Amino acid sequence: MNNFQYSRATDVADAIRLLAADPGAKLIAGGTNLIDLMKENVERPSRLIDISRLPLRDIEETADGGLRIGALVPNSDLAYHPLVEQRYPLLAAAILAGASAQLRNMASVGGNLMQRTRCAYFYDTATPCNKREPGSGCSAIDGLNRNHAILGTSASCIATNPSDMSVALVALGALVHIAGPSGQRTIALTDFHRLPEDKPHVDTNLGTGEIIAAVELPKHGFARNYSYLKIRDRLSYAFALVSVAAALELDGNAISEARLALGGVAHKPWRSLEAEAALRGRAATSDHFSRAADLLLHGATARAHNRFKIELARRAIARTLIQAASATPQSQAHKKIA
Amino acid sequence: MKAYVGTPTSRVDGRAKVTGAAKYAGEFPADGLLHGFVVESTIPRGRIARLDASDALQVKGVVDVLTHAHRPPLADNDDAWKDEVAPEKGSPFRPLYDDRIRFNGQPIALVVADDWETAKFAATRVRVEYDREAFATDLESEHGKAGKVDRPHKPRGDAAAALAGAAVRHQADYVLPTEHHNPMELYATTVVRDGSGRLTVHDKTQGVQNVHKYLCGVFNKRPDDLRVVSPYVGGAFGSGLRPQYQVVLAVLAALELKRSVRVVLTRQQMYGLGYRPMTIERVALGAKPDGTLDAVTHEATAVTSRYEDFSRNDTGWAEQLYKSPNSLFSHKLVDLDVSTPCDMRAPGAASGVCALECAMDELAVALKLDPIELRLKCYSDRDQSEDLPYTSKQLRECYARGAEAFGWSRRNPAPRSMRNGKELVGWGMATGVWEALQMPVAVRIVLTSNGHAEVSCAASDIGTGTYTIVAQVAADALGLPIENIDVKLADSTLPQAPVEGGSWMAASAAHAVLGAAEDIRQELARLAKAIPASPLGGVDAPDVILVDGAIAKAGDKARAVSIADAMRHGKLERIEKQKLNHFAEDRSHARNTHSAVFAEVKVDEELGVIRVTRVVSAVAAGRILNTKTGRSQIMGGVVWGIGMALHEETVMDHRFGRIMNANIAEYHIPVNADVHDIDVIFVDEPDDRINQLGVKGIGEIGIVGVPAAIANAVYHATGKRIRRFPITLDKLLD
Ligand SMILES: Cc1cc2nc3c(=O)[nH]c(=O)nc-3n(C[C@H](O)[C@H](O)[C@H](O)COP(=O)(O)OP(=O)(O)OC[C@H]3O[C@@H](n4cnc5c(N)ncnc54)[C@H](O)[C@@H]3O)c2cc1C
Ligand code: SF4
Repeated sequence: MNNFQYSRATDVADAIRLLAADPGAKLIAGGTNLIDLMKENVERPSRLIDISRLPLRDIEETADGGLRIGALVPNSDLAYHPLVEQRYPLLAAAILAGASAQLRNMASVGGNLMQRTRCAYFYDTATPCNKREPGSGCSAIDGLNRNHAILGTSASCIATNPSDMSVALVALGALVHIAGPSGQRTIALTDFHRLPEDKPHVDTNLGTGEIIAAVELPKHGFARNYSYLKIRDRLSYAFALVSVAAALELDGNAISEARLALGGVAHKPWRSLEAEAALRGRAATSDHFSRAADLLLHGATARAHNRFKIELARRAIARTLIQAASATPQSQAHKKIA
Repeated sequence: MKAYVGTPTSRVDGRAKVTGAAKYAGEFPADGLLHGFVVESTIPRGRIARLDASDALQVKGVVDVLTHAHRPPLADNDDAWKDEVAPEKGSPFRPLYDDRIRFNGQPIALVVADDWETAKFAATRVRVEYDREAFATDLESEHGKAGKVDRPHKPRGDAAAALAGAAVRHQADYVLPTEHHNPMELYATTVVRDGSGRLTVHDKTQGVQNVHKYLCGVFNKRPDDLRVVSPYVGGAFGSGLRPQYQVVLAVLAALELKRSVRVVLTRQQMYGLGYRPMTIERVALGAKPDGTLDAVTHEATAVTSRYEDFSRNDTGWAEQLYKSPNSLFSHKLVDLDVSTPCDMRAPGAASGVCALECAMDELAVALKLDPIELRLKCYSDRDQSEDLPYTSKQLRECYARGAEAFGWSRRNPAPRSMRNGKELVGWGMATGVWEALQMPVAVRIVLTSNGHAEVSCAASDIGTGTYTIVAQVAADALGLPIENIDVKLADSTLPQAPVEGGSWMAASAAHAVLGAAEDIRQELARLAKAIPASPLGGVDAPDVILVDGAIAKAGDKARAVSIADAMRHGKLERIEKQKLNHFAEDRSHARNTHSAVFAEVKVDEELGVIRVTRVVSAVAAGRILNTKTGRSQIMGGVVWGIGMALHEETVMDHRFGRIMNANIAEYHIPVNADVHDIDVIFVDEPDDRINQLGVKGIGEIGIVGVPAAIANAVYHATGKRIRRFPITLDKLLD
């Protein structure tokens, strides 16, 4: 671990000021990802700006019936919040599918969106990695890539984004409220995370000196027909090989609205408007679900060890859509797959 | 007074452990304690060309940086470095000895500072340049370079011919990956130096006397110069049998700096220690159509380091389990640029029996026989390697009791025939076998006239429950309540004990306790009979028993003298007896424990997600000293077996020769969600031949057979035979 300075931000403006004053500084919220990376010498901030006590812990209803979630709301509080449980159970499920109870108690919404890939080479400073050390090469492309991306990869990086929460948020059409030196801005979460392209060291479109203030959910929560299915190498406490967030609006057996997003397959939560469009107006049948899966996985490519993910994702998508359509969402407590 | 032996007695050290009163190696305080942090090599092979610690030494709070070029003397001969458990062949690893890099993660410097954080930070400031050399770390690509291990194995008959002529044959390779130890407690040593320069070494180890002797050799010290203690061990499972390098580094720094020093390894650094070696197990079975075996061959090819030949018995087990007129077993090693493997719970058997029992399942399928029936057809009442009967062997009973508890008779033998909604249900079984060894152990009992006894021995309790069973046996033998027994373990100055391993400690320590207690009984009998008008007058010494805190006539407890009275009259405050256990030399019988393991898996048919929903383990291991800690041992073994079957695998990138999942986020072991019902059955196995108490030991038998039972259940569920472990869901998808 590196030596670093420590400052506690007094308010959001102070945090932004502190960020601007020290280009090597990093925000710290729950610390569950950042501290791990510091221990491995992957992150070497010159200063930690502690934002954990800033007043960004509220969950409030918005004027148009949505929900505004402060960036420092702990993952657990969010998952167990009555409004989330009732109106956005897909989000609650995705959060509870992630990490462990202890980690979820510490982890913040902002930190969860910003968590970095679990690519083993990214963590090991003795190996080349473009994300950690731009230009050094990607060890995964011809190395161990069983849990690497099948969609949206580049010749520089094939890492995945490990977040579960983000997958549900993307499916629900969440917005991210950002505060920065030049004021406030709001972007769709789908535009928040980047594809690696030739700059894999840049995970998101958060600008220098900016801070996530809140995440906003639109009114529509898909509380009846939803499911979050996470497939992993043990039944709990493992990152996704593939995860699927599905949300449907059903009119009898006809799909009037559909949302579909994948985790564990790309550098960002993977959503395809074509796949969703292909479901809209169709009957909730396995044929249509397969078609949606094909569209969502369009262009998927595999490396030496991750070919299984394509077929796994295809089957998981179909299964999650069946769970959603039949209003039998995947339980996160009982690991038997519904 | 009821006996404690055989009852579910709670751990006598349980309270200390859950309240935090129990101290572990890295927790002992000392005045002016310094902290060491290890710098590791990042290449697998070569030489250190330059090691520049000048920046690290500049860091405020850093006291020194020890390296091969800057350290006190270390022994220059292998004999000194060979501990009790070291492989016979080879030259043990010597930390900070020279500029040679033998494996990735090798310690190459120790940064010593006033606090751990400073040492850790300064460690990042140590600059190292290497002269790299070509290396190899992949067992499969180097398979062809395997060399044979000498083993006193006598081939029986002509296995090759019998195999070729067999009516039904099965042959396959089963691949078990490298698995690393992840005991909860990190490897740690705190060396406390007193004013006179004597060292008390608090070490995480399974054998304080082994470490003591080793340190005396490595540092050329007299036995009195240092003492090794390890009262509590947070799991070790074989990783603490040999002294680990942190103990050398901590002592090295304490000697150099004349201060107390602590070195704690990180979880990641523990992947530079020993491990269960990756092994390719080739098993071939030939049978007659009725299921009797004609031929068994088992060839194991395993990883070892370039500097030591580590091997365990993977292949001999078929000879004990199954009758076959022809057999051939061999073990090969491939030298790679890795650290030396080490023991891990049921070393050899956990892997070898996994392969054998999967192969037996495949043979049963080929023969269209029920897997239990096949095993009964080949059942051997004698150990064929020496053609000996067993002191006891209730394996048949394990099959019967286990099958009944599991409901095996309701199994439809056809694969994919049982299902529950979207899940395929599979039932599999396997046999387990392990040794019942006993070793020389001495125990000292000090009885005080108030009826309290201190029982002490250098043996470790690595979490298995040694404190508790020693207290139980002593309480029964001395006729005292267990609360009056104080057990002291794991101090190198206490009476002799080998490393705690091999499942030998329960039987060995228990009989040492019995021996010392017997001496105490004789002494008390003498004292009791000597008091004026003794109620025991005229009673023969052998008829005197210790019961309820008194010395009494067997069968007539009314004729008794209290311990206090007897000792007062004898003018004794304390009676001290030390005894080495003694087991009759008996080569006429084989000694083993056995088990039958039954597993139920449910596999999501489309997604391949596997749940192990039930395991029944029926164990025959002689007399069970403590049914509570005993059951925990078996459950722990089953949980680990689930991990072996489905999760555990050390993943190495052979381009770098580096382990890529050296942490417990990515190195998977079962979590609670992976563990469902585990039913442990102890089958009655009276054994008056093996030792006085009829005890065999159960530390390892619990894991053996479990991975195979699960793999066989996965086959039964899915029709897919996965021979490369762990069975992850991707292997079931196509
Ligand atoms: C063993 C383990 C298992 C895990 N398993 C899972 C899993 O299965 N699924 C899953 O989704 N996650 C998992 N996680 C990851 C966990 O969800 C994240 O570590 C956590 O969400 C990060 O939140 P934090 O508040 O602790 O972030 P921190 O560690 O404090 O910060 C992480 C990053 O976010 C930045 N940051 C924090 N807050 C803000 C803000 N408001 N604005 C801008 N930047 C900010 C920090 O600068 C830092 O770069 C696991 C973690 C561990 C250690
Ligand atoms: S996949 Fe990305 S994170 Fe992993 S090694 Fe390649 S560049 Fe680094």
